[in-house]
Amino acid sequence: MMLHTDKLSILQGQRHLLHQLGWQVQAGEVWWLAGRNGCGKSTLLATLAGLRAPAQGSISLCGQPLGTTAPRLRAQRMALLPQASHDAFDYAVIDAVAAARYPWPDDGHNPGRIAAALNAFDLARLAERPLQALSGGERQRVALASVMAQDAPLILLDEPTNSLDLAHQAALQVQIRRWQAEGKAVVVVSHDLQFAPAIASHALLLDGAGGHSQHPLAQLSATHLAEVLGYPLTRITHAGHPCFLPGHST
Amino acid sequence: MLRRAACGQPPARPPLLYTGHTVQPISSLSSPRQAHTALRLPPASLLALLLGISVATLLLACASGSVALGPGQLWQVLQGQGDALATTLLQLRLERALTAWITGAALALAGLLMQSLLRNPLADPYVMGVSGGASVGALLALWLGLAVWQVDLAAVAGALVLSGVLFWLARRDFGRSSGTVLLLLTGALLSTACGAVISLLLTIAQDNQLRGMVFWLVGDISGTPLRPWPWLVLLPAMLLAWWQAPAINLLALHGDHAATLGVPLARLRRLLLLLAASLTATAVSQGGSIGFVGLMVPHACRLVCGPNLRLLIPASILAGASLLVLADTLARTVVAPMQLPVGILTALLGVPVLFWQLSRTRRRLA
Repeated sequence: MMLHTDKLSILQGQRHLLHQLGWQVQAGEVWWLAGRNGCGKSTLLATLAGLRAPAQGSISLCGQPLGTTAPRLRAQRMALLPQASHDAFDYAVIDAVAAARYPWPDDGHNPGRIAAALNAFDLARLAERPLQALSGGERQRVALASVMAQDAPLILLDEPTNSLDLAHQAALQVQIRRWQAEGKAVVVVSHDLQFAPAIASHALLLDGAGGHSQHPLAQLSATHLAEVLGYPLTRITHAGHPCFLPGHST
Repeated sequence: MLRRAACGQPPARPPLLYTGHTVQPISSLSSPRQAHTALRLPPASLLALLLGISVATLLLACASGSVALGPGQLWQVLQGQGDALATTLLQLRLERALTAWITGAALALAGLLMQSLLRNPLADPYVMGVSGGASVGALLALWLGLAVWQVDLAAVAGALVLSGVLFWLARRDFGRSSGTVLLLLTGALLSTACGAVISLLLTIAQDNQLRGMVFWLVGDISGTPLRPWPWLVLLPAMLLAWWQAPAINLLALHGDHAATLGVPLARLRRLLLLLAASLTATAVSQGGSIGFVGLMVPHACRLVCGPNLRLLIPASILAGASLLVLADTLARTVVAPMQLPVGILTALLGVPVLFWQLSRTRRRLA
């Protein structure tokens, strides 16, 4: 089992964002984390990544309590794509991606992996560009390539489609399916009702008041989702994948 | 290849590349990395050039002064055949030049580490108030009319006390998200407090003490003997920083999120602050609060050789050292027999160089 939380509670000030979550993420699963703005999706990811201490409960990564996992081992097991980051210094794209090999001291500068990550996100042409000269979407692809270069079996993605154009969103879908086929587990926070259902195998819905529910994606109804998102939805199947559209079906 | 991290069932797959995926190896991947800079020099040549400049400034410092020594005389003295005057002059000048060298090197490295720690290219070694503590100590000693060595000792003591207070106040901030903001604010407050005490000491000081105090505050290395311990601080600090360069790069790249890449955040930040504080304390106890070097040298080096710390650490040390040796040589020669505080010269020399670099950057961006 990749990730296991037991009675995990997260507080923001006095407010319960998450109350007693028992959750298991297995290899080969892709979890979609959905909920309204400020419901605690990113906070949950930060907690899982060890950047923030939970109010209560425990998290274990690969069967080992997160708190007792050494930082480097944790990074070998879990990668995080944070939401928009700000760049203070002008590293080149390839340096930023290569730096993500840090968790692997014996195999640090593996040119094959770095090239594969750059290629997967269409960055080969931009390899020598400084980060501060990139557009928002290009910067997002660098962050995704870094996550790929880190090569962890559990991948946490916070709004990975941010700023991505359509073609690169499709490429990201392909890459997530490839990770899934390789036996990695992926947790995706997304507001994209077309992108996320197309790749997810399961969904974890957060209502922002501590409540949560888990569904295999095949059984995720428009009603469930509409309830946490606070907006009517219709579930349809498009190009062989489920997809949610805003509004009632007529 | 070892895959000790995989948990569950590690999937069978080729060791390096994903199947069915075309990988076009990028030419620069196998060759040593080169920064995207205007000056396209490979790292080794760049460091060799900086080392050459550094040696040249030392030779210039030895040659120039009230009695100029030509290359022939320098060579004779080095072989032990020079006359007594030349030998004495060379020894005095070399000692002073080496003091300037180590002070400049320590300031530049301290500034570089502080900028990386705070993820701010405009941070400098003095932003945390360590130099403020040193200044309070030194000015207090000057006010009490103590001897030169006691003033230096008081400066070190002031820097140590301030660093101790800073570490204690910020003890929980090192591992926290956005902890560096709290750290910076704490340092800035301590710095402000020191500024107030410095103003107080300047106000109550007698007229004959003021000159020494102002020289100390502007930064001046005349009369500082060559000491062994600054070298004993710089060498381990440089090696430690160079060894940790990949982790410092990640901290500079990602800030708090460097933790998700396996960087022990709290420990690394503590180490960086400790190194920067010791280097700053060393430098200010040698030459007072010499400005500009710690702020601008790392910045200028970054413009030339890119942000990678592996190259930036030795480059900044050499550039900072050379700048201070050159500035000090000018400080004691331009208006001889009067000597200027070197802190005035570092800024006057450094600013035009940086303007030149800025205009190049502007052209590159245009």
